[in-house]
Amino acid sequence: MTKRKNLAVMAVLALALSACGGTTKSSTEGQNTAAPTNTSAKADPNAPLKEGLKIAYLPKQLNNPYTDVEVGGGKVAVGELKGEYKLVGPNDASASSQVSYINTLIQQQQNVIVVAANDPNAVCPSLNQARKAGIKVVTFDSDAAKTCRDAFINQATTQGIGESLVKMASELAGGSGEIAILSATPNATNQNSWIEVMKTELAKPENAKLKLVKIAYGNDDDQKSFTEAQGLLQSYPNLKVIVSPTTVGIAAASRYVSASNYKGKVAITGLGLPNQMRKFVKDGTVKKFALWNPADIGYLAAYAGASLSSGQITGAEGEKFKAGKLGEYTVGADGEIVLGPPTEFTAANIDKFNF
Amino acid sequence: MSAELTATRVARFANWNVAIIAITVVVLIVAAATVDNFGTSQNFGFLVLDVLPIAIIALPMTLVIVTGEIDLSVASTLGLSSAVMGYLWNANQPIETIIPLCLLLGAVLGAVNGFFVTVLGLPSLAVTIGTLALYRGLAFVVLGDSAVADFPSAYTDWVTGTIGGTPFPNVLIIIVVLAVVFGVILHATPIGRAVFAVGASEQAARFAGVRPGRLKFWLYVAGGLVSGLAGVLWTLRYSSARADNGAGLELAVVAAVLLGGVSIFGGKGALAGVVAGVVLLGSLQNALRLSDVSNEALNVVTGVLLIASVLGPNLANRLRRN
Repeated sequence: MTKRKNLAVMAVLALALSACGGTTKSSTEGQNTAAPTNTSAKADPNAPLKEGLKIAYLPKQLNNPYTDVEVGGGKVAVGELKGEYKLVGPNDASASSQVSYINTLIQQQQNVIVVAANDPNAVCPSLNQARKAGIKVVTFDSDAAKTCRDAFINQATTQGIGESLVKMASELAGGSGEIAILSATPNATNQNSWIEVMKTELAKPENAKLKLVKIAYGNDDDQKSFTEAQGLLQSYPNLKVIVSPTTVGIAAASRYVSASNYKGKVAITGLGLPNQMRKFVKDGTVKKFALWNPADIGYLAAYAGASLSSGQITGAEGEKFKAGKLGEYTVGADGEIVLGPPTEFTAANIDKFNF
Repeated sequence: MSAELTATRVARFANWNVAIIAITVVVLIVAAATVDNFGTSQNFGFLVLDVLPIAIIALPMTLVIVTGEIDLSVASTLGLSSAVMGYLWNANQPIETIIPLCLLLGAVLGAVNGFFVTVLGLPSLAVTIGTLALYRGLAFVVLGDSAVADFPSAYTDWVTGTIGGTPFPNVLIIIVVLAVVFGVILHATPIGRAVFAVGASEQAARFAGVRPGRLKFWLYVAGGLVSGLAGVLWTLRYSSARADNGAGLELAVVAAVLLGGVSIFGGKGALAGVVAGVVLLGSLQNALRLSDVSNEALNVVTGVLLIASVLGPNLANRLRRN
């Protein structure tokens, strides 16, 4: 057969197949979103917390200062629970790189996997395999699809964070002017949902004078964030505020501004770690930024995982459990457990925090 | 005299293909004996799924490298195929049409490489580094930064599932069928003989009646087709069509092929060695991960293997020549 004939045959084949219809997106809608079938399990609030639980943390990627603090809190909690702590994870935050780690954790028969999903769906099949093997799955930071985990530790409500980011930006801009966002990766679930809330907030009449000119992505990479911040300031000479809802991005942007002649003219705010931001707050580059205590997220996740594994809770709405020094928590809708409202850091209070 | 005899004996052992298969078998046995949970059927399934894209793309890559060329655009072809799959699914096209279209797309992308290399006579390294960037760029044009996830569970379950009640993953069928097809083509047909002939000396092959350009063109098409298929399988395995799927995979594929004893200069290689190379890379990574070895150490191991894969066959050849 000649090349042309070959191609023609393939094209005809494809057309013929499409003509007889088949499985399409709309024909399968709703099929894949079936609720998990763990309704048979019953919560026993009085069940004792098991000791010796193997609790493994799988963050988005290793060697990220923010992540280190989070899992550090987890390690403390696992110690209190007299369990076995383990930390594994990929070096790159790509969608599929976490899957083989989950598979390994299944093989090692962990009791709890605490995971921050790089892609809400790519990890799903393997997380469900883990749950079939009796492992409890708790997500933190970046949720996986609801059907493939038992509980989600949310650092604060998405709404609350988005609102406070816009509020800080508006205060720093004096109520009007151009603002830009410096985010992490374009796929980061948490970043994107905050940005969505920010857009809704910015559309409100009281924020009509604030103009979002650009969303840049620093990929949670220090150098990339640094150059993106530089690019923003060069492309938008009237820019008043850069909002960076990621600890890597806000630190890189602050570093750039503090050493440039934009210092004092352009404000930086967003979500950052007090230890990383302290010098920029002290030198006046950054007036205010916010964050929850990341160590508490890892801490809460360990207690949620242990409570699930001990049968105290099943992840159903309304169930209550005790999380050590953090006190009592209630499971919200869709297995969501909210840590609490974010804290605003300023020159006045930053020295009270050490993480 | 006795030194010569020793040299011949060494040479007999120095066949890299035999060596790599032996090393792989030893690693598998040692891992099964010493690493907890390595020898389980579930882990076998995970291992096969992990090596799936490398395994199938390495097959046509072997033929391409034996002719003395290379194709670095395979992972980008995978990504573009995945992105197009997501795009068409979002556009409400039936999956039964999307899959053949993605394979066709892969073949076309391979043909583009083949055209530049054979018709315009450009060096394949330069061409495929170019298309590596181009195809990945197109993937981002098609799907942007978004991910498409809601593929029909019948298809995603098939890819992650096993054959009946056995521990053998369904996708093993695809790997075995393709390995047999490419194995037969390379080692038992005139095409295979032409592939080796072109790799050994293009000039000589031409005199022997082989048309190197045409041969290479179709090898690139085959490489593209299989990469397109890898894109479809990747998407279904992770239920996630994304433009960045498989990024960087081309290096793992080339590593596996070289580790399998295929000469980067062309003319030499056997598919059995390549299959062993894939299994060796995959099982080493899997076993090290199960033993809680850090990522950094994992990267070091892969790097050492890569260097060994270039040094090993060279050393083996030199010993044989002496």
